[in-house]
Amino acid sequence: MESHRLVAGRVIDGFTLEELVHTGGMAALWRVTKAGDTRPMLMKVPFLGEGDDPSAIVGFEIEHMILPRLTGPHVPACLAVGDFAVLPYLVMEHLSAPSLDARARLAPIAPEDVIWLGAKIATALQDIHRQHVIHFDVKPANIIIREEGPAVLIDYGLARHDELPDLLAEESDLPIGTSAYMAPEQVLGNRTDPRSDIFSLGAVLYELTTGQLPFGNPTSRAGMRQRLYHEPKPPRALLEWVPPWLQEIILKCLAVDPDYRYQTAGQLAHALRHPDQVVLTERAERIKSPGFVKRVKSWWQSHNQVPTPSVRIMDRLDRAPIVMTALDFSDEQAEAMTVAVRKMVARLLATDQQARLVCLTILKTSLVKLDEALDQGGRNIYLKRLVALKEWARDLDLSEEMVSFHVIEAVDPAQAILDYAKFNQVDHIVMGARGHSTLRRYLGSVSSRIVSEASCSVTVVRLPQSGETREAENDHHVDFSGDATD
Amino acid sequence: MRIAFFADIHANQEAFEVCLQDAQARGHDHKVVLGDIIGYGPDPLWCTQTVMALQQEGALVLRGNHDAALKEGTDQMNEAARSALDWTHHQLSDTEKNYLTSLPLQHRDEERLYVHANAWAPALWDYINGPREAERSMRLTDARLTFCGHTHVPKLYFMTSQRPAAEFTPLAGKPVPLSPLRHYLIVVGSVGQPRDAVSAAAWGLYDTVKRDYVQYRVTYDIETTAKKIRAAHLPERLAKRLFVGG
Repeated sequence: MESHRLVAGRVIDGFTLEELVHTGGMAALWRVTKAGDTRPMLMKVPFLGEGDDPSAIVGFEIEHMILPRLTGPHVPACLAVGDFAVLPYLVMEHLSAPSLDARARLAPIAPEDVIWLGAKIATALQDIHRQHVIHFDVKPANIIIREEGPAVLIDYGLARHDELPDLLAEESDLPIGTSAYMAPEQVLGNRTDPRSDIFSLGAVLYELTTGQLPFGNPTSRAGMRQRLYHEPKPPRALLEWVPPWLQEIILKCLAVDPDYRYQTAGQLAHALRHPDQVVLTERAERIKSPGFVKRVKSWWQSHNQVPTPSVRIMDRLDRAPIVMTALDFSDEQAEAMTVAVRKMVARLLATDQQARLVCLTILKTSLVKLDEALDQGGRNIYLKRLVALKEWARDLDLSEEMVSFHVIEAVDPAQAILDYAKFNQVDHIVMGARGHSTLRRYLGSVSSRIVSEASCSVTVVRLPQSGETREAENDHHVDFSGDATD
Repeated sequence: MRIAFFADIHANQEAFEVCLQDAQARGHDHKVVLGDIIGYGPDPLWCTQTVMALQQEGALVLRGNHDAALKEGTDQMNEAARSALDWTHHQLSDTEKNYLTSLPLQHRDEERLYVHANAWAPALWDYINGPREAERSMRLTDARLTFCGHTHVPKLYFMTSQRPAAEFTPLAGKPVPLSPLRHYLIVVGSVGQPRDAVSAAAWGLYDTVKRDYVQYRVTYDIETTAKKIRAAHLPERLAKRLFVGG
């Protein structure tokens, strides 16, 4: 093929090569322009000489296959794909912001910045996992934060698409990835688990927080295997001002057994956005290295001998959903509803063992009256609601790390619930709805708006109807007063 | 060009009909029947006559081991297959039998090889049950793409010349892009007797321009086929397995 004859000014399928931006081992990156298209664009052209082993450009083949299938703000937009038989290339959006590599070199950075960045990256990861792709090379150099905000994961040369052949499968007894960030199972050649990306993101968070790599940068396979036996030094052993909750999050990501990590990137993003809800364990406070520990127990034994059965990415995400329930404690009827909602939630959690439950209640605030923080008895309404939420969840008998509680003030409850669900990548909303009535149909209810506008599944729970007149009265009460979410 | 593949029809009229309809609806330019038109199922005459008509319209039709066994005998076959073939003998006239037993074993079309069982010895009917056999087959043909049937289990094997083969199970309705840098061996699933624990009939579509392969699955009226199998007093197992794809 003809990639070596590329020079500035040459036109390929309407794209004019402007400037060679980067030459790597595998491909050249050109800044290109196209008449009538003002978007900044990059063309990636692999090096492939006559008779070369095609596996030398397997990374390009994989990217060629996967990138066109990915959409959304968390990937570079794929704009054109060259015919492999003529000249293989990919034209993609040129992201002008630098990668996180520069930022990582300035580490340690402040914990607030770590979680701000970490939540963005975890959100991006959740998005590509939902699109059936495991990245397998999450590291600062492959992360760019868009000026508009979202994190972008670039370079899909080692990635795997759940619905396509894995072109690296035949080499799977070799560790494939970047040594410093690779998950233990990746070191062992396993390319089936999206939680490998969560481990790598944990290594990135560790680096940003401490300025050091959790397992160094080994070059030998034996060196890479160290992470199977040795705990990384706790971040607080390096920098004592690292908050325990951040250490808890990072070390949880870096668990050797994927079952002990966050089960989805969405759950990790949620933890990073709600540090106050992180359940601290012994490791949160750890300030010295535990030294040699049996990190692996039976896990390594079994995984090293028996190939892990391949679980589809979507199945993994489905098993560990974020379930959110929006509860209304504004009056007695609303409270009866919360019992029905709890039954539904219990049923859902029984099938999804790794689910995380987010309990939400909305304090409806008025823009006019600002003194509503205290009720008539002078008690703090916010705290009252929080207590009510916790009380409600007690019967579900969930372990602490499975559940979190949030009281949110909002003028528009439906919008607040929708925003919260979207921002926190909630997979399923469970909420109650009151009966229908003329007035309600006219005004529209919170639940019907959630059902029509939420981008995730919504389960609406109803109570048996007890008469139209009473319904109408309650509707009136709910819509014009209090903090109901219905 | 879009090429529709049908393998291991096995005298299952209901399954073959829905696959042909599905292929018609999705559009294609050429049909390839990868052998085993008869055997196991209750409608050998209809299936053979349909295939003969398709060939008149330009389809390519290959011979499978069950087709060949009409002449060569059933020594290598299991009990159920043998009794079904004995029965099939009485359902077909010499015209159909001559047609089936004289079909070609393989066909080469540009970079593609079509064959019922494998490329190394098409008439010996060895099975491709994993990457090792797939690699053997791929190394013994200079065709870059091999399309075959025989195992009734849809698979896609791929390799470069310097590496061993790897395996992938294509998902129904999800196009798999085929890299021009690799060799592929594609086992098209079975129309009339799937064995991958999915009861729906399978057929495949390869697009030579987009260079992708899609495996489709179509549900069909298994009850009717099973009734016909029982009415013909064919082994009960041949009816039962259709429901479980095994």
